[in-house]
Amino acid sequence: MNKITDRLYTGIVKENPTFVQMLGMCPTLAVTTTAINGFGMGLATTVILTLSNLMISMLRKLIPDKVRIPAFIVVIASFVTIVQFVMQAYTPDLYESLGIFIPLIVVNCVILGRAESYASKNAVIPSVFDGIGMGLGFTLGLTLIGIVREFFGDGSIFGIDLVAKLSEGNVPVLTGMVNSEAFSTITIFKLAPGAFFVLAFLIAFINHRNIKRAKAEGTEPNLCKLADCASCKNTMCKGSVKGE
Amino acid sequence: MNIILLAISAAFVNNVVLSQFMGICPFLGVSKKISTAAGMGGAVIFVMTIASTVTSLIYKFVLVPFELEYLNTIVFILVIAALVQFVEMFLKKAVPALYQALGVYLPLITTNCAVLGIALSNVQNGYSILESIICGFFSAVGFAVAIIILAGIRERLEHNDIPESFKGAPSVLIAAGLMAIAFMGFSGLI
Repeated sequence: MNKITDRLYTGIVKENPTFVQMLGMCPTLAVTTTAINGFGMGLATTVILTLSNLMISMLRKLIPDKVRIPAFIVVIASFVTIVQFVMQAYTPDLYESLGIFIPLIVVNCVILGRAESYASKNAVIPSVFDGIGMGLGFTLGLTLIGIVREFFGDGSIFGIDLVAKLSEGNVPVLTGMVNSEAFSTITIFKLAPGAFFVLAFLIAFINHRNIKRAKAEGTEPNLCKLADCASCKNTMCKGSVKGE
Repeated sequence: MNIILLAISAAFVNNVVLSQFMGICPFLGVSKKISTAAGMGGAVIFVMTIASTVTSLIYKFVLVPFELEYLNTIVFILVIAALVQFVEMFLKKAVPALYQALGVYLPLITTNCAVLGIALSNVQNGYSILESIICGFFSAVGFAVAIIILAGIRERLEHNDIPESFKGAPSVLIAAGLMAIAFMGFSGLI
């Protein structure tokens, strides 16, 4: 039981894939124009990550070491194809707006990274919870970025138009303070540059908190770093990149 | 004429990294020095051109005749992984000088989602084989341009006095965001 909560905590907080490890950046920046899109992408990734961790952990003694990467890729790609069909059938709107980034879950480094560094070495139950924890951490990151971008870009959160709701006077304290006609949305948050800026400021905020806490405790802060080649951490880095 | 438009659109207007968000991981991870960024850019140009050619051939002559289009994700990623491995072995044997320059970056490219992404979007857009090759090559050129510019910015950033919480990833992301704004200016081009 202890190990399960430890796995979940590691995935969601301590080694959060988005804010600490900076893995899977492509969907993180591309699909988070609204909170719903970010959440949907996160959930799809969580399902695939959990299933692939389960499968790879069950097969870990059967897969020969030399062909493990192609074997992992086949397992992951099969689950991605299944999830793609399910989403096409049951959530066509989400499928439409996530577009090419659903098949691109195959090359999401979070999934291959967990397969290589955890599921291929550990028993089935911890691997499943490792997948759930990492997936939820990823979902949390994407949803947070989506909320910020949707709020500034559209004035809404999860599709609920906050500005219109507030200006109707439903909240007593704010009556007359919010005017939906005076509120203008900031388009750049919905465009490509906005994604970079929002992620930059969220990471800076978390870094700031970590530095403060580390100073109070007198320890080294655990900062988000881009020191090594982030694209292949724990996965395919056969030779390290010289000069980096 | 159409081909020229496609090339400009792939390289600048719809830049893979800055407007389509594909290949962000190597873009942020391997852009510390101009020399390594150029190496990565070169390797991506090399692999992406071959990969778009091979995947569009396979799609047209294998998947479509057998009505297996829905397997494109699995087939493409395996083809790309095998191709990268093969290119690496071939270069090592046949063109050692090129292998010296690009070798260390090749294994990293399999997980570069730009390669798979361009292969898939070629198919989704219904490009012909020639168009796919052009699109693959010029998208990779766009990637190389973007990563080399970012590396140049990062080399200068290194000696600046940045607030501690913005050091590392946040400052790089902001630089990338400003580059994305600059590249949005190209959208008036076509």
